[in-house]
Amino acid sequence: MSNHTFRGGVHPAENKEFSKEAPLRVYEAKGEMVFPLSQHIGKPAKPLVKRNDLVLAGQIIAEADGFVSANIISSCSGKVKDIGPRQTVSGKMANCIVITNDGKYEQVPGIGEKTDYNTLTAQEILAKIKDAGIVGMGGAGFPTHVKLAPRDPSAIKYVIANGAECEPYITCDDQLMRGHAAEIVEGLKVILKLFPNAEAVIGIENNKPEAIEAMQRAAEGSAKVHVLPLQTKYPQGGERSLISVIAGAHFPGNKLPADVGCVVDNVATIYAIYRAVCFNEPLMQRGVTVSGDAIANPCNLIARIGTSCRELMEEAGGIKEGVTVNKVLSGGPMMGMAMTSMDVPLQKANNALTFLAEDEVATAEKQLTACIRCGRCVTVCPLGLIPQMMAAAAEKKDFERYDKKLNGLDCIACGSCTFICPAKRPLMQLFKQTKAEIMAEKRAAAAKAAAEAAKEEKK
Amino acid sequence: MGILAATVVLALIGILIGIALVFTGKKFYVEVDERETAVRECLPGNNCGACGYAGCDAMAAAIVKGEAPVNGCPVGGAPVTAQIGAIMGVSAEAAEKKVAFVHCSGTCDVTKTRGNFVGIQDCRSAANAGIDIWDCDYGCMGLGSCAAVCPENAIKVENGVAIVNRERCIGCGLCAKACPKHLIELVPYSKHIHVQCSNKDKGPYVKKVCSVGCIGCGTCQRKCEAGAITVNNNVASIDYSKCTECGSCAEKCPVGIITTLVDRPREEKAG
Repeated sequence: MSNHTFRGGVHPAENKEFSKEAPLRVYEAKGEMVFPLSQHIGKPAKPLVKRNDLVLAGQIIAEADGFVSANIISSCSGKVKDIGPRQTVSGKMANCIVITNDGKYEQVPGIGEKTDYNTLTAQEILAKIKDAGIVGMGGAGFPTHVKLAPRDPSAIKYVIANGAECEPYITCDDQLMRGHAAEIVEGLKVILKLFPNAEAVIGIENNKPEAIEAMQRAAEGSAKVHVLPLQTKYPQGGERSLISVIAGAHFPGNKLPADVGCVVDNVATIYAIYRAVCFNEPLMQRGVTVSGDAIANPCNLIARIGTSCRELMEEAGGIKEGVTVNKVLSGGPMMGMAMTSMDVPLQKANNALTFLAEDEVATAEKQLTACIRCGRCVTVCPLGLIPQMMAAAAEKKDFERYDKKLNGLDCIACGSCTFICPAKRPLMQLFKQTKAEIMAEKRAAAAKAAAEAAKEEKK
Repeated sequence: MGILAATVVLALIGILIGIALVFTGKKFYVEVDERETAVRECLPGNNCGACGYAGCDAMAAAIVKGEAPVNGCPVGGAPVTAQIGAIMGVSAEAAEKKVAFVHCSGTCDVTKTRGNFVGIQDCRSAANAGIDIWDCDYGCMGLGSCAAVCPENAIKVENGVAIVNRERCIGCGLCAKACPKHLIELVPYSKHIHVQCSNKDKGPYVKKVCSVGCIGCGTCQRKCEAGAITVNNNVASIDYSKCTECGSCAEKCPVGIITTLVDRPREEKAG
């Protein structure tokens, strides 16, 4: 057993047995496809197509607008039906491109052509990644071409492949590593070309022995690629947790992993990079786990981005007979977002749909009592924050104290404190809202300062 | 002996400090306008900030300096204006009393939420965090940011929608600033006909999300003889300076969102 791990963390029930042994199977969408213009952190993409245009699979239908933004790729062939607001996974209405899927999946010529990455320069590799519209596929959706272009590439010491998959229920990365280990290692070698002084470490939780074995076999003979089994503990797959294990570095919230010489990418992202660079294939599909105690046949699917979540639910056999679903999450139970409708498209960063018979958040709300200052939240916080004091500051709306004294903006909203709290306090919910409010205030203050500066200049 | 010396020394120090205080008090005397104190006495003193100044003290200073109008206190209304006018030696008409009005009537029976919400029960913070479980994008979130800021306890959330008590409301406008959906407007106290919806979506979509949403049909605009009501961005709005309170818009509204206020006596509505 490996003892590599970070400080803090919790042990939620893994519940991976539902879909653990189900190999990834391809699901081809039947209905219309919806592509939100904002599937990434940063500015929404700019549409390049009009209504009634014919598009092919793999065609760029919206291009990155600005530096931190990403291309949107059509994953099917067909006619553009509409460009307008549709409901997305978060429940919000957002501008989307809707394409009537003709079911033929005619591809843009040139996709699948093999390229030897050794002949490409770093710029060419980054350009390919950018064209392919790749974003972080572990959940956050940060544009990968931005992440892989730090100010000083030679200062990067570790390229970390995140195969921890610490979130309960989710198993698609596990299956990807079992089935496509060689491709992931090749993908890492592509990334290593960008960082001459780096070595690659694949971090995998030790509850996935098959994946560890497969990756170790694939990495044999590559001097710069290592596999590191990690202790099974949530949130092992958090960027900061991984860096503290592998590089031994702790850093404050205003610093980025690149500042301590690390780049962390999810294994699914690395696989997408390999397909994009070596096979000229843009990001059109992804692995997604459809699981939970309320679904008939939990499975791991390779689905096209833009597929309706309802289709994925039906492909997994629909809701189990005699069970009422009380909560559907995009993602796992710890960090997943509650969904309000199934008629929303699968996005680049959605790794799972979890159907739960019990809404534990609602149950916990009924058992809510006052904080007893036991300090368990402090022991489990992977960032070493003090959640109980942050909660007190958040409830009093003492933003100054929350931000400056308690460093509450560093919170990654992993939910460990909420999980462990014996008083069932909704800590993570408080922090998420408070962070959003502080950020909104900061943005407003910055906008005001900019307006005043412009006024001064006019004088 | 020791105690006598101590007493004498302390007495001397006391006398010296006393003389110094009298001297500095005369030398550094700051002239305070008597009127300022008098005006401050007239103001209601609940420091609500509705006048735009930091509180009643700041408002009094501003009135005396001539920066603020004599009728600048929306809370005090006519009596306060008259008193301040007498002090300042000007006659001024009181500004019309205004009260807050919530442009939404989407209670829990007529519109739905798509999920449960656990977290800080505060509209602003929920809106900032991108929590969007309400079917209507424009309606009252019902978490009571307005009620929390009201200095007079004049707003409460009932059945998912904030309701203003017109008699208690002092028209300070803090609730209007607090509402992230901008649903609250200060309306003249004397007017009783208001539009209870702010949904800017097109009719068919509004029908889907709420049974008491403005569908922008424009009937009210056509029926209004005074030309006081207009439909902009698919939602009706009333120009209170033109409204004669005839009530024909309220009668003809197919969704019944132009309402005469509940607290208005029936006979008055008929007449």
